[in-house]
Amino acid sequence: MNFELLIQLLVNGLIVGLLYGVIAMCFVLVYKSTQIVNFAQGEFLLVGAWVCWAFLVYMELPFFVGFLLTLAFMAAFGVLLQMIVLRPMIGEPIISVIMITIGLSIFFQALMKWIFGVDPQSYPQVFDTQSVQIMGLNVEVAYLMSTAIALFIMAAFYFFFKHSKHGLAMRATAFDQQVAQSLGISVKHVFAMSWGIAATVSATAGVVIGLVNGVSDSLSIMGIKVFPAVILGGLDSIVGAIVGGITIGILENLAEFFDSQYFHVGNMYDIAPFYVLLIILWFKPYGLFGTQDIERI
Amino acid sequence: MSEPILKIDKISLAFGGVKALTDVSFEVPRGSVFSIIGPNGAGKTSMLNCISGRYKPNSGSITFNNQNVTHLRPNDRADLGMGRTFQNLALFGHMSVLDNIMVGRHHLLKNNWISGPLYWASKAQKEELEHRRYVEEVIDFLEISHIRKSVAGTLSYGLRKRVELARAMALNPQLILLDEPMAGMNLEEKEDMARYILDLNEEFGITVVMIEHDMGVVMDISHQVMVLDFGKKLIAGLPDEVMANEHVKRAYLGVEDDAELEEVS
Repeated sequence: MNFELLIQLLVNGLIVGLLYGVIAMCFVLVYKSTQIVNFAQGEFLLVGAWVCWAFLVYMELPFFVGFLLTLAFMAAFGVLLQMIVLRPMIGEPIISVIMITIGLSIFFQALMKWIFGVDPQSYPQVFDTQSVQIMGLNVEVAYLMSTAIALFIMAAFYFFFKHSKHGLAMRATAFDQQVAQSLGISVKHVFAMSWGIAATVSATAGVVIGLVNGVSDSLSIMGIKVFPAVILGGLDSIVGAIVGGITIGILENLAEFFDSQYFHVGNMYDIAPFYVLLIILWFKPYGLFGTQDIERI
Repeated sequence: MSEPILKIDKISLAFGGVKALTDVSFEVPRGSVFSIIGPNGAGKTSMLNCISGRYKPNSGSITFNNQNVTHLRPNDRADLGMGRTFQNLALFGHMSVLDNIMVGRHHLLKNNWISGPLYWASKAQKEELEHRRYVEEVIDFLEISHIRKSVAGTLSYGLRKRVELARAMALNPQLILLDEPMAGMNLEEKEDMARYILDLNEEFGITVVMIEHDMGVVMDISHQVMVLDFGKKLIAGLPDEVMANEHVKRAYLGVEDDAELEEVS
């Protein structure tokens, strides 16, 4: 058995899993507060990554300036998207709204291709060294940054929900919109805010992945890739999203390891998470951390 | 009596062809306990929903504290000092009792999405403590301190009703709308709830508008009673006047059985 490769893959899995966790959190955030399953989640990464790329390449801004501008842009993007496209749909059947997110997904993929072309592009060199050695393992600098950012975002989410007025309002809205309104919470603001946050945070993930793999259409696949993570964690649990993300990240790499060493089936990397998802849902239909309805009779 | 806190002027509400409310007008005096009674489907809850803003009346106007609120959204009315509870329990089932009540405090919290996450560094912590103090007062008042950390969904029915009342009170409202606060309770729980309603009216100075079916309680604690029947106002006045009214007896209390009538009054 090739232990060195195994450990390298596990570390990769953890790092990528944290990113999945962040994306899954955005997914859960939107679902929790608005009940919408956002199929355009991956496009947030895509749009964010392209916008940042444009800032860096066309306008030749330094990386961190471009990055911050991207975040500001995406916050506005998320809020406007909610206000213009989704707000008129409040009160309509949820399935119609979900269909709209599928439409948005197709629209933004096409729009990005139209504007930036179909070829993958790479970011200008951001860090002096591409990778560093940590305890004998090769770790890309961009991944280190992504881990730090992911951890920071998770901590920020925790405090936001636990201790801020808006976090509390979001939790309340997630449970019951009408009651939340009767307690002075503006549901419109909560919705706009959750889309804004989801877009901003997703864009962060998009830029980080773009730094390593370049910007291309494949970023939007991330939206589908985190789906097992989200379901695994139980659709409405932030903690579940993180655990689900890390689990899927590690699973992918484990599957890759065993496949390359023993089975030689190919493509296990992409498929394995869905197998595990199936098995877990057999036994825990609400996901690992999802809310089962408490009912007192 | 001073200026009425709530003035309802010719409210009509229809759902398609069904007229839920027709030309209902009434005034709620400041500091009173005002009960709305009537048979099932008379439009009581629709009336309450119009006041709280969940339904928009087709015509007529609602004036709260001399301000026309007819076109305001429910959350704006809550900001102005209007709290409510719901007929079927509407607690945030997975949150703790304390968190449930803190949501009621939400509109008074000042920290935002930047200072909130910076909990320790900013004033958010100090602010939360101040609100806690008021919330604790409400908790003490409703005698629910022993369950403050419990998850709301696991509590008994009577306790959940009390937590819901606490949450509405946390808004610091001037007017509180109670939709059947005692439905499904046993005698002891009803007596407790009646006492809380009287106390919150007298000690906290909150005006109460409530819908209740238990005529004994209604007659005991209300200052004024209004009877709705088929979406129309039948009569409004002092409890005794209302009880004496022939129409009320026919529409709501039933006249056939005089003995039973004596009993409930």
